[in-house]
Amino acid sequence: MSLLGDRQQLAYIASQAADARVNVELETEGMTLNIGPQHPATHGTLRIIARLDGEQVIWAEPSAGYMHRGYEKLTEVRTYPQVTSLVNRIDWLGSFANEVPFILAAEKLMGVEAPSRAQHIRTILFELSRIANVSLFLGDLGVQLGAITPVFFAFRDREYVLNLIEGATGGRFHPNFDRIGGLKEDLPAGFIDETRNVMKKLRTFCDQIEDLLFGNEIFQSRTRGIGVIPKDVALQYGMSGANLRASGVDWDLRRDQSLPMAWDKADWKVITHPDGDSFARCWVRLQEVRESTRIVDQLLDTIPAGPVMAKVPKIIKVPEGEAWVSTENPLGEMGYYVVSQGDMGPFRVKIRSASFNNISIVPWLLKGVYVPDIITILASLYFILGDIDR
Amino acid sequence: MAKPKVPGLLKGLGVTFGTLMRTATEGSNTIQYPHEKETPPIRARGVIALHEGNCTSCMLCARSCPDWCIYIEGHKELAPPRRAGGSPRKVNKLDRFDIDYALCMYCGICVEVCPFDALFWSPEYEYSEPRIADLLHDKSKLGEWMETVPEAPELEAGADKKGKK
Amino acid sequence: MNAVVLSTDLAYWAQSLLRVLGGLVAVLLPAGTIVYLFLFKMMSFMQSRLGPMEAGPYGSMQLFAEVGKWLQKEDIYPARADKFLFKIAPIIVLSSTFLLVAVVPFGPDAWFTNFEAGVFYMLAVSSISVLGILIAGWSSANKYSLLGGLRAAGQLIAYELPMVLAVVGVVIQAGTMNMQGIVVAQNAGSIFGWDGLGNPYIFTQFVGFVIFMIAVQAELTQAPFDMPIAESELVSGYMTEYSGFRFLIFFISEFATAGVFSMIASVLFLGGWAVPFSWFGWTNLDDIDNWMNVAGPLILFTKMIVLSFIIMWVRFSYPRFREDQLQRFAWKVLIPVSLVNIMLTAIFKVAF
Repeated sequence: MSLLGDRQQLAYIASQAADARVNVELETEGMTLNIGPQHPATHGTLRIIARLDGEQVIWAEPSAGYMHRGYEKLTEVRTYPQVTSLVNRIDWLGSFANEVPFILAAEKLMGVEAPSRAQHIRTILFELSRIANVSLFLGDLGVQLGAITPVFFAFRDREYVLNLIEGATGGRFHPNFDRIGGLKEDLPAGFIDETRNVMKKLRTFCDQIEDLLFGNEIFQSRTRGIGVIPKDVALQYGMSGANLRASGVDWDLRRDQSLPMAWDKADWKVITHPDGDSFARCWVRLQEVRESTRIVDQLLDTIPAGPVMAKVPKIIKVPEGEAWVSTENPLGEMGYYVVSQGDMGPFRVKIRSASFNNISIVPWLLKGVYVPDIITILASLYFILGDIDR
Repeated sequence: MAKPKVPGLLKGLGVTFGTLMRTATEGSNTIQYPHEKETPPIRARGVIALHEGNCTSCMLCARSCPDWCIYIEGHKELAPPRRAGGSPRKVNKLDRFDIDYALCMYCGICVEVCPFDALFWSPEYEYSEPRIADLLHDKSKLGEWMETVPEAPELEAGADKKGKK
Repeated sequence: MNAVVLSTDLAYWAQSLLRVLGGLVAVLLPAGTIVYLFLFKMMSFMQSRLGPMEAGPYGSMQLFAEVGKWLQKEDIYPARADKFLFKIAPIIVLSSTFLLVAVVPFGPDAWFTNFEAGVFYMLAVSSISVLGILIAGWSSANKYSLLGGLRAAGQLIAYELPMVLAVVGVVIQAGTMNMQGIVVAQNAGSIFGWDGLGNPYIFTQFVGFVIFMIAVQAELTQAPFDMPIAESELVSGYMTEYSGFRFLIFFISEFATAGVFSMIASVLFLGGWAVPFSWFGWTNLDDIDNWMNVAGPLILFTKMIVLSFIIMWVRFSYPRFREDQLQRFAWKVLIPVSLVNIMLTAIFKVAF
């Protein structure tokens, strides 16, 4: 008990008390509510089995796997260039960010490094996909809490970012732009100016969302103090990304590890929040969108000239070995453990996706909360089903 | 914060009302699709066009396709020799080149691996069909898309100009 | 309307027919206007889009297209539903709206009924819809519907009380519970001797007005009080299992009730159908010219549009409360404030 913190102790006591109320005093049964697999709040096919006493949750468990697509197995029968087109479907909202750690792992095995222009452009596209991903979260948050307008703002302004990504890569959702040793092509003319304009629009969007949602007293009363994750519990459950930073852990892989990417060329800061509640998680993400626009703006100024592709053979064979690379993706830490046996395709790939670990805290977190708070907590944890089930 | 604090509830109302006025005066961010159309970027991956003359039915695209949606059949034909008295040339004749757009996931690997510049991306996107079988485009239909293939865009300043198609 | 109709010695059936038609117009016209103007167009504009544009000019026929769509759909009911209750629930909800409109005065002689306890009757029949919603939630044999129905019951009952208490201030000030009497009292009155605007109670009863509008928002289950529907939590609450025609009835009654409550609020606080009597030198109801029977409904309609604009504006801007926060807000804020309001009103009434 002492390991798990006061909060869980309280939740345990609450559940015991609820059980007592349900079974002894009133001699009624709890109600089992299946939230999902088809439910508006699960943005996909997550199923949460919740036992309720009235509207209070006494026990809850997420049941994942309804959308399992077997990517780890699929990668074993694909060549390296084909794998990138598969893995950007894992977290479909920030798809370019999915390709990067896999490519970095393969590059690590092959011992090549992308030219610095490619590294810059990679980082820019990475941050753009983070912006596209998290800005949709900010809108979706409104919908989960009952405000309908923010989601349209989010779709409106995400469209500009997607247009940028499409203009540069050709694919709106699935760029498949990252290659071992660099990038497929260079940026088209006009990309830099347009990106600057879009970043301005995104900052306006952040202000709008802040006024419309975050400053709203109803929103604050719905999220503050709801779903508090203390620091140690967050670490124990292996949470990552904004969920961890919202619990006050100063942890960001973009800063903490040295990858062949351009984050260290820009001046930005890691946003943390001490509270660990739903509001903190949402707030951290909002600020991160702002920081991302700043990173993109700075990197646009400093793109070096040069090629975007290192010298790699036309037919890619990765030498024998094992490599693990993880990056700070929009949802949290995403990593690929690539085992190669010298073939054209990987022998085995283990994918560590952020959402799977992030929702593993749900049973702990949902004890003792009310049904509306389930939605708040799930929305603020921000998972993407493709990222849970892979 | 020198400004007096406006309650968040009023600020929210202000945001929606401001957007209302902006949409009324400056127009919406949406477009009325069938009447007006957005022009996709030059690089947009809409549909794959086939330049039949360039294809040697080498099968590289069909093999590198991650979900095997390209079907190629071909045979060799003897053509009259270039110079009088020479031996007849062997020419590739493409019998079948189909792309099943019901399977295609628009990754663009086939366009990239084609060594003879026979495949191109076109930003055209209006080819949905009521029947799924009609999404299998044969080589004449793929050839028709060639008209819509744009010139490759100019590259951003600082790019390495030499080289890629 | 009635005076005109009654004076022309129509047969009873003809009068009844006219009244039914009048009632349908009074309920459906505001509902249609609100849906098109606010739900389709204003919401879209607030979200940087245009809304429906295809059916008719600027999509003005969209509503008819939607109604046609719903009428075509199969009337499904769940296998384990209580079929009789499931079928009548939407009709109970809609009947509450029709009963409400019966006491709203549209002009000096244009009313359906004009009886002394109009306000009392209005408050009583407005809670009939709770029964329908509770029945709908229970009979659907669906856990989400049940939760929605229970939430609706708790919420609507909790907000009935602030609404009653907010209206009490108006009743004290007007000295009558007759809706027509309240209109006359407002427009014949004066503010500190200046009668250019009459005395619409929105000035003297501003607190009451705000509480009334909040309670209306909750009665209509519009955001930020839309937990009974709460599409992200309870799928669609008590409406989850309804389809086709019956869903249409719920839908109409939601917006028709919004219209009727806006009308009632404008009768109680904004002077209703009348213009200030001093403009034309009237002193009481008998002086008023007959043309006000035509102009009155239009004036009331305009005021209704303004009030429902506020209702919808709030609906499109705010996230929703949690159930317990809503109850706390009703019992700990609205009711004490409205009680204080009543006390102050009574003191001023006696003092002046």
